[in-house]
Amino acid sequence: MSIRISQIDKTYGHKGSGRTRALAPIDLDIRDGELIGLLGPSGSGKTTLLRIVAGLEQADGGTIHFGEREVTQVHVRERRIGFVFQHYALFRHMSVFENVAFGLRALPRRQRPSNGEIRTRVMQLLEMVRLAAFAERYPAQLSGGQQQRVALARALALKPDVLLLDEPFGALDAKVRQELRRWLRHLHEELGFTSLFVTHDQEEALELSDRVVVMSNGRVEQIATPDTLYREPANRFVFEFLGDVNRLEGDVAEGRLTCGNASVSVPGVEPGRRELLLRPHEVHLAERSIPAAHLPVTVASIVPVGAEVRLELEADWLEEPWLASVSHAEFERLGIARGRRLFALPSRLHGFDAAGAQNVALPVG
Amino acid sequence: MIRIGDAPGVRRLLIGVALVLTALFLLLPLVAIFAQALMGGIDLYWQNLSDRYTLAAIGLTLLVTLLTVPINLVFGVFLAWLVTRFSFPGRRLLQTLIDIPFAVSPVVAGLVYLLLYGRNGWLGGWLDSYDIQIMFAWPGIVLVTIFVTCPFVARELIPLMQAQGAREEEAAVTLGASGWTIFRRVTLPKIRHALLYGAILTNARAVGEFGAVSVVAGAIRGQTNTLPLQVEQLYQDYNTVGAFTSASLLALLALLTLAAKAALEWRAARRESLA
Amino acid sequence: MIAATLRRQASRRVLPGFGLSLGVTLTFVSLILLLPLTSLVGQLSQLSLSQYWFLISDPRILASYRVTLLAAAVAALFNAAFGLLMAWVLVRYEFPGKRLVDALMDLPFALPTAVAGVTLATLYSSQGWVGRWLETLGLPIAYTWVGIALAMAFTSIPFVVRTVQPILEDLPSEVDEAAVTLGARDGHAFRRVILPHLWPALVTGTGLAFVRSLGEFGAVIFIAGGKPFETEITSLMIFVKLQEYDYAGAAAVASIVLATSLALLLLINLWQGRFIRRLHGGGA
Repeated sequence: MSIRISQIDKTYGHKGSGRTRALAPIDLDIRDGELIGLLGPSGSGKTTLLRIVAGLEQADGGTIHFGEREVTQVHVRERRIGFVFQHYALFRHMSVFENVAFGLRALPRRQRPSNGEIRTRVMQLLEMVRLAAFAERYPAQLSGGQQQRVALARALALKPDVLLLDEPFGALDAKVRQELRRWLRHLHEELGFTSLFVTHDQEEALELSDRVVVMSNGRVEQIATPDTLYREPANRFVFEFLGDVNRLEGDVAEGRLTCGNASVSVPGVEPGRRELLLRPHEVHLAERSIPAAHLPVTVASIVPVGAEVRLELEADWLEEPWLASVSHAEFERLGIARGRRLFALPSRLHGFDAAGAQNVALPVG
Repeated sequence: MIRIGDAPGVRRLLIGVALVLTALFLLLPLVAIFAQALMGGIDLYWQNLSDRYTLAAIGLTLLVTLLTVPINLVFGVFLAWLVTRFSFPGRRLLQTLIDIPFAVSPVVAGLVYLLLYGRNGWLGGWLDSYDIQIMFAWPGIVLVTIFVTCPFVARELIPLMQAQGAREEEAAVTLGASGWTIFRRVTLPKIRHALLYGAILTNARAVGEFGAVSVVAGAIRGQTNTLPLQVEQLYQDYNTVGAFTSASLLALLALLTLAAKAALEWRAARRESLA
Repeated sequence: MIAATLRRQASRRVLPGFGLSLGVTLTFVSLILLLPLTSLVGQLSQLSLSQYWFLISDPRILASYRVTLLAAAVAALFNAAFGLLMAWVLVRYEFPGKRLVDALMDLPFALPTAVAGVTLATLYSSQGWVGRWLETLGLPIAYTWVGIALAMAFTSIPFVVRTVQPILEDLPSEVDEAAVTLGARDGHAFRRVILPHLWPALVTGTGLAFVRSLGEFGAVIFIAGGKPFETEITSLMIFVKLQEYDYAGAAAVASIVLATSLALLLLINLWQGRFIRRLHGGGA
């Protein structure tokens, strides 16, 4: 089922006493079977948007369509959505089985399946979330990850048109979170429902979503595939929110940026005072400078993190140190040690201004 | 926000029923007390209030309360300190024992004291030989009142002190503070409000205890009548206005108790929202 | 041996005041609580079993058990419904005068029982504001078991309200929302989701109200009128026996009242413990 959100907006508070705009008018089209992540810092309006789609909050204006059906004024109860709450909101006094069966038992008598049918359907769902053996347990006897799966089975019991998840993995530890993410991705591909989930974790959004909606201050900053989002961020907010950032500020003249004794070629960048940004993995290191880039740096600290080594680089032309990540092989080849003087070679530089984004690729590495 | 029972019709119906029942069951009796007391006019009210026996009853009630509240405060603090700061065999049992006065019918409470201190009782006979009378005199009233009200302070303190934990007191010990200093400077400021609330509850119950006191007091007018007993006697004498005059004093105290409780809760809530 | 254990533990205690607070507490509990209660046991031990049986099974006493249990049960059930309603309204809705109504819920605990007793007796007597009006409808309240139940209900109002209220306040809004997103209507969601959450508190509050009503004296005797076999409650029977200097009889009946209350209290605690364990994990 596709979802079409048009011109949805929402303001909290009463007239006169500190009204806060939770959502500026928002447009969003979600295709049938897509898995969409709503990503943003807290207070960006992502949860409000999700709750409006669910019907748990009322928008001040705009419309929502599920397929051809307009649901803007439809009560949550009749919207045919499945909602997974941040802390699962399992019914503690009911067994796992009864939790999953709740929606089926709540149906009006005429539509309600027989007890046998309910049993079959619930056990099917519990098989799917691999919890069939736990049917008679109570939520308090399950781990966080298991509770999460029960919540998902419960939300899917009524075969909803749309599955909505609010910070689905927020309360889990890192390893369980990884597993569940992969599992949800598979489940999504297998069942093909349309889902929308909220997260503040970039990695989660990038790994799980077909497309990511980046939000801040109640506005949509960019809607794109994870790949595009990372390589071609639409604006500075998106770039900074998605990962660590190094800054380079200097004067651009004739396609070259100069800053103290450092300089780098930036073809196509307008002359004047400019700030360019780049990611740690876009910083390469060499023993010699090249004509395109003369950026002398000193290694200030070394932290090996798993498969790569993170370096802090200092230079008198830099206000704050840069972060760089290099492979172990590279680390050994260059004989990196604290205090070692090297040259930084940026593979990409990103510039943002009111006019939009500019991404410059440099011929290095 | 979607919440169950938020449909306007349901909401109005439930609020309406709740308000009507509250008015009928709680407000109406309260109004009736003052209406009955003032039925004969304000002059009669003053006359009843300054009646010799009523004044004596007020005096005795004050005496009982002034003795009961401090004793139970001290006991409550010691008990709460013991139960929340140390673990020892029998701790749970002690906590259960202290709840007995809540479960015991006040008449039974009076009875057990009468059996102990009455003329034929174990201690009563022995005390009698020294010409010390406990039953049908003010010491007996004080003793049963202490019995009936002893759980209130501890009940307020124990959950609070349990939740607060002993970290701060332990820090004070490492800084070399003595026991009294720790209590006065570290613990007391944290439990001040609960202590006050416990005292208010103890006070309300001590002033108003009827069943237990009526068993041990013997109802000697002007000597062993507390205010609630005075209310009963005047009522049995068909002096309704007189009975309700004394009752109105007690009702006024009840209202003050409610106001003090509301004020304490309001302050606590405000502090919480500021924190 | 216990003394040795205590001493060994005491040497490891960090905070001061163990000996002092233990001493004060034990002295107080022994003198104020235990000593008087043993006097009851002492009095009872002077009775033979058949004497004891004779005293507690006197027909008039048996009738008083019946009236007390019936009235207390009705009062507790009324309070279960009324308390649940008040807790719900006070937690879930906003309306003018809410703080006042909230404060008023504690009135029965703050108001001396004798005052409540004479007031209710006056209000519901056949000349009273309410009684007069009910009389014309053929519903006499004073001097019937209904009047007793009414007085018992009044004095135990706060139990249910004040036990259910905090639980309802702590119930996260997601519980409502989860039920609604799964398609449940209000009635279904309340019965199947909200009520089970409140159940332990509701039963505890109702149980406490029942225990309190069983022992209530001051509030009841005025409106009850004390007609033998009809409106005499058990507490009154103990009182009457004491007035007649029948200490043995009073003690025998008192032992029944005491044992019933303590057993009920124990039952409530055990039941509550079992329920809490299920909701918070532990045990398969």
